[in-house]
Amino acid sequence: MASINQNRYPDRLPDFLNTGVWLRTVLIVTFASFVAAVLRTGAWREVVEEFSIVSLHVQPALALSMLALSAASRWLQRLRYRTGVVLTLALVLVATALTHRAGARLFGLEPGGLDRPLFLAAAAGGLVLFYFHLRSRALSPALTEARLQALQARIRPHFLFNSITAVLSLVRSDSRRAEAALEDMADLFRVLMADNRDLAPLADEVRLCRQYLDLEQLRLGDRLSVDWHVDNMPHDAMVPPLVLQPLLENAVYHGIEPSPDPGLVSINIYQVRGEVHVVLRNPYRKDGQHHAGNKMALGNIRERLALHFDAEASLESRVEDQAYQVHIRVPYVKDRTELRRP
Amino acid sequence: MNHPQALRVVITDDEAPARSRLRDLLHDCAASLPIELAGEAANGRELLDLLQQREADLILLDIRMPEMDGLEAALHLQKLPDPPKIIFTTAFDAYAVKAFELHAVDYLLKPIRLRRLFDAISRARALTPLRLDVLKELAPEARTHLSVQERGRVILIPVPDILYLRAELKYVSIRTREREYLLEESLSRLEQEFASRFVRIHRSCLAAKAHLSGFERAAVDGEGGWVALLKGSDEKLPVSRRQAHVVREFGKTTL
Repeated sequence: MASINQNRYPDRLPDFLNTGVWLRTVLIVTFASFVAAVLRTGAWREVVEEFSIVSLHVQPALALSMLALSAASRWLQRLRYRTGVVLTLALVLVATALTHRAGARLFGLEPGGLDRPLFLAAAAGGLVLFYFHLRSRALSPALTEARLQALQARIRPHFLFNSITAVLSLVRSDSRRAEAALEDMADLFRVLMADNRDLAPLADEVRLCRQYLDLEQLRLGDRLSVDWHVDNMPHDAMVPPLVLQPLLENAVYHGIEPSPDPGLVSINIYQVRGEVHVVLRNPYRKDGQHHAGNKMALGNIRERLALHFDAEASLESRVEDQAYQVHIRVPYVKDRTELRRP
Repeated sequence: MNHPQALRVVITDDEAPARSRLRDLLHDCAASLPIELAGEAANGRELLDLLQQREADLILLDIRMPEMDGLEAALHLQKLPDPPKIIFTTAFDAYAVKAFELHAVDYLLKPIRLRRLFDAISRARALTPLRLDVLKELAPEARTHLSVQERGRVILIPVPDILYLRAELKYVSIRTREREYLLEESLSRLEQEFASRFVRIHRSCLAAKAHLSGFERAAVDGEGGWVALLKGSDEKLPVSRRQAHVVREFGKTTL
């Protein structure tokens, strides 16, 4: 399975206009010079002197390189990563050559060959770029996860408060049903408030959806009927949590609640070869003024499917003989170890 | 619960458990307040039907309901000679609640607390009547029904049943297949509100797009012009010259 972040978070050159990048680069290069000074001397006493000599060579080259890179930063950022790396190193080499020549002339430093300074400059440049590359790799999953968290479906307050009212109405007359309803609500909110970044078994999602629909049934009574077709459902298929519940919430909110007549919500889950299909249908009301909320939920789920499965999952919705239908297709993944997330 | 001057309360909510909860709470209030449950309705339309048969002093009115929501029902109720007081109930409706606060309209948030309900009912008789302009601002969407007052009752006319609306001297006449009603509203306001359903074919006439079957040439007032034909009706409505473009656009999806 392709790793989904390959295209989503492409490698980028560090932004040399960023103060953080400046500081990190200067620290890395200075620390490397210090290590070099230590290596070149036999005793700690001599290190300070050696370090100042090394710095006399390194710092001008570093300063000129950083100036050049800052000036070219916007332009470098737009290039492909590999081209950017080559040009960055080229700029560093040019800057090193210039400062080496200038140093020889101004301070009468022993000229020596240009080959060693250039090699060291290229090595330092490569080290810095490699560091930033690793750093962006380490951070980008955090970005993805933050994104997933933000995308997580949010339950409608309308549902919460009406459900509480429904439970309150039962407390006096049917306390056992009230207890069951509160337990369902607790389970539902546990999942809603959980850390939902990882995939979870489809069977769990279906159980949650049943509990959710039990609560809706409590409020709506005969107005809501539900038809489950899950005989061919692969229980162990892994799906993003809350992939189905928000869709059912929409089905009830837009398909059942606006009508005084009873309506049917049907859920059909089955497996075709390596894929799991979920088909959800509810009555469609043309005169409803609802589409913003529904589109948001669909967009959210579509995006989460893409983050987990990339192009191997899809979500389609359409209106067909007075019914609104959502069709989800995901790869049949049994365990999350099969899915390599970078 | 009976008391000579008991406050007659009607519960309106589309969810049965919400009605039953309010019933319980009203029962609790009745221990120390003279109130009487005058009936229950599951939406705005049922409420208005109920009020045809009996009187009420206070309506506990849910906002979000199928068929006719609470805000529209409140609007129609104002046609009654002595409209009942209204306390809106809502689970969550940020927009409406903000507007209620702004205009000092009474409302209760669900789940409703006994204490709050008790206080609201105690004050109910002193509530100031709702203002029509405030209600219209609260319910900006097109109404599902038009309403007229006849002999102290509110008659509801479902908007899809209306064939055409015609401006008379002081009124607008509403024509349905069955009969005609007189409405005290302005035709241009109706045209704005129902722009998606009606088309102006004459300075004084809005025809329902869904009931138009076509147009034909006819001599109107000695001049050649167009008349609009209606499905299932022999009546022909004159089309003014200024609105003749409607005839050309008819049949295209734009109409």
